[in-house]
Amino acid sequence: MNTQSLSQPVSTSLPSVEDHRKMHVVVVGHVDHGKSTFVGRLLNDTDSLPNGKIEQVRKNCAIEGMEFEYAFLLDALIEEQEQNITIDTTRIFFRTKQRAYAIIDAPGHKEFLKNMVTGAASASAALLLIDAKEGVMDQSRRHAFLLSLLGVKQLVVLVNKMDLVDHSESTYQKIVAEYSIFLKTLGLNAVHFIPIAAKHGENVVDRSAKMAWWKGPTVTEALDAFAHEDDLTGLPLRLPVSDIYRFDHRRIIAGRVEAGAIRPGDELIFQPGGRRSTVRTFEDWPGPESRSVVGTGGSASVTLSEQIFVERGQVASHPSNQPRVGREFRARIFWLGKEPLVQKKTYRLRLLTQNVDAVIAKIIKVTDASTLESKEADSVPRDSICEVIVRATRNIAFDLHHECPITGRFALEEGGRIHGGGIILDTVTKSEAPSGKVTASERGARAGHPPAVIWFTGLSGSGKSTIAEAVERRLFDAGRNVIRVDGDDLRVSLNRDLGFSAADRAESVRRASAVAGLFAGTGHITLVTLIAPLAADRAKARAALANHTFLEVFVDAPLAVCESRDVKGLYAKARRGEIAEFTGISSPYEAPESPEVHIKTDKTSQEEAVDLVLRAIDKVLQGKGDDWEV
Amino acid sequence: MSRNAQNDHLTRLEQTSIHVFREAFSNFRSVCMPWSMGKDSNVLIWLARKAFCGKIPFPLLHIDTTYEFPEMYEFREKAKVIHGIDLIVRVNEDAIRRGIGYATHDPVTVTHELKTVPFKAAIDEFKWDALVTGIRRDEDPTRAKERWFSPRSAEGNWDYKDQPPEFWGQFASSAPEGGHVRVQPLLEWTELDIWEYIRRENIPNPTLYFARDGKRFRSLGCHPITHPVDSPASNIDEVIEELKLTKTSERAGRAQDHVGRNSMQELRAKGFM
Repeated sequence: MNTQSLSQPVSTSLPSVEDHRKMHVVVVGHVDHGKSTFVGRLLNDTDSLPNGKIEQVRKNCAIEGMEFEYAFLLDALIEEQEQNITIDTTRIFFRTKQRAYAIIDAPGHKEFLKNMVTGAASASAALLLIDAKEGVMDQSRRHAFLLSLLGVKQLVVLVNKMDLVDHSESTYQKIVAEYSIFLKTLGLNAVHFIPIAAKHGENVVDRSAKMAWWKGPTVTEALDAFAHEDDLTGLPLRLPVSDIYRFDHRRIIAGRVEAGAIRPGDELIFQPGGRRSTVRTFEDWPGPESRSVVGTGGSASVTLSEQIFVERGQVASHPSNQPRVGREFRARIFWLGKEPLVQKKTYRLRLLTQNVDAVIAKIIKVTDASTLESKEADSVPRDSICEVIVRATRNIAFDLHHECPITGRFALEEGGRIHGGGIILDTVTKSEAPSGKVTASERGARAGHPPAVIWFTGLSGSGKSTIAEAVERRLFDAGRNVIRVDGDDLRVSLNRDLGFSAADRAESVRRASAVAGLFAGTGHITLVTLIAPLAADRAKARAALANHTFLEVFVDAPLAVCESRDVKGLYAKARRGEIAEFTGISSPYEAPESPEVHIKTDKTSQEEAVDLVLRAIDKVLQGKGDDWEV
Repeated sequence: MSRNAQNDHLTRLEQTSIHVFREAFSNFRSVCMPWSMGKDSNVLIWLARKAFCGKIPFPLLHIDTTYEFPEMYEFREKAKVIHGIDLIVRVNEDAIRRGIGYATHDPVTVTHELKTVPFKAAIDEFKWDALVTGIRRDEDPTRAKERWFSPRSAEGNWDYKDQPPEFWGQFASSAPEGGHVRVQPLLEWTELDIWEYIRRENIPNPTLYFARDGKRFRSLGCHPITHPVDSPASNIDEVIEELKLTKTSERAGRAQDHVGRNSMQELRAKGFM
């Protein structure tokens, strides 16, 4: 039996770790400037390797006839060892006397920049290696530019391979002078420039005897002096809505507090849309106690005092300190896509839980991340940085990056894949005060959902109005703007002058569609109940309302059933010949051939019918980018 | 280390995992969570209940190799009730009829036949586009490169050389055509975090993890190839103290990992979780 001892004594007692919060550190720098070697050495010198790991790697090296290198410790996958380049972000855990770290060994090879971004975006500090012999190279500058964009502020530069330049202080000073100027132009500042020789462990954990001139910290001393990432709890509340849960009687707004803090009793405003309500409870499981406050980074499960319309993507804040709401802003973007970023092209913009189409309205300039030179262009190649005007197809909530970094940055996606990211520098003044005609999309933005026309057709007495009334109730209670246009009501008002002739029926349908169009234009979901017996008339109505989402609901009840109900006594009158051209009796009803919803009332309960219609509405409006579950 | 600092750390991990759960549930059409009944899996259940306010809104899947420890089956039935789990159980009956088993076959073959094959069949049957896994980056070197949302092709392959970038809380939002996305809420947790969290939250777990007669299981798999380690740790506190001192790897007792230098890599390329 393969039994291993777990309780074997460990040679030294473990240091007392003071800070249990793991700090994420990214290691970057030009290809072959020694990143993997440095990390391997760091693991070894902090005694963070599993038992037997180093012996195993030495053995594997011997088998493959290679000289042992500390870099191999990280190259867990065989292919990497064969190619001698780190292919992806590797995360390695280690500890110093002060605290635990997750170190992200980001690759230096040019085509793998996206992995470095992945690593660096989650880091609170960065170590950037420069080869003392080769000096500052292309990637040394490029990576620093990305760090500045990703918001990594704590930076230590490691001047590596000092053994190859005879541990020369003047070589070191030359690199410090050159690189400091470059960092300054990016608004970055290195906390230290530490001279090291990673291969020999000099100034990594232990001080180097060969560089007695260096009085500053070793790498681990510098790391231990870093602070954790900024605590955003002091900022205004930003709670993006992740989802609305209705698993039981509760309606829970789920989201993560990205900045600030939230408490029961707080008044919230949801943007875009601008609806307000008050936090009633936090639905924390397992209970019975719930938290009294949820701070930055905490997941919140909120119930509200009022049943207002809320959907994924909206950002909740306190009314006194709201995010900006708009469609257009100036941004700095890093582009990692295989295909270039193209002016006038539409991408998917993802900002917190918001997900909207956005067009790159203008590429202002493309900046060479290495030389920092800018030029104009219509497209941006892979691994470049540029400044652009972004125009979203509808309003979004955001902050400027310098006001609140977490709501001031976004990702750009195409074909379900993220290709770039950016930070919001400024709003675009021109569009801040909209002018000209108020558009349908502006009205929709205020309503918080797109409009639609739902046309219920069917015989008199088939149940059109009953179903439409129940649908209206459900939509209204869910916070939607909804209105019903009822054929019987029209007959005594707008259509008072019309009878039942074919021409009058056509005119009645025309007028009803005009009224529906006006309501839909105000942003309402408009429910029309009208017999509209002729297919040609209904087709005209659909065409007249082509600007709106249109659903035809066929309430299909057998004539005998309708006649037996005869709530209004109309069938009796028609049979007695008191009403001429009554649909189904003395005038034809042309059943729709392909209605969006077909309700067979003799087989479907009213409740099921209402659900069918609501689901169909959900489905067509979901495509408009909104959460439409009722 | 103060209790408070440790609590902060666990709460931070917990809240991030909840966020990952919620984003997965909102982004994908059909979510499933494979359940091994092991400690990581049980922590996932706990986190899912926290994320969704008590109720797990998707099914769990147990691929039953028929080689589970008897105690695990008991635990399964108990946990099902405690957590209100909607559980799907699948067994590769065909392989068992063909006589595939540890008595006659090597562990890699058996794992493939009794775990990976029925697992893929279940994915085909239910067409899930997101699977929640308990993978942690500290478990095994090949897992260090995983992402929160890791797309897998229709064949279950993992193209780790061309993974989408993942930053600022924005994850891959759709599965590849015919494939699925592995959602990994425990990515940043360590084995020690798992146990400290189990202690803090009092999460139900099989007692096989605690020492009897000087041996305990540190990781649980099929009984013929899962070996206990020497350990006097007979309760959670002792397990935690032991883990703080150990330098042997967690899966040292799992035979299928050690057949060849790259057996884990091979298993995972074939779709092993």
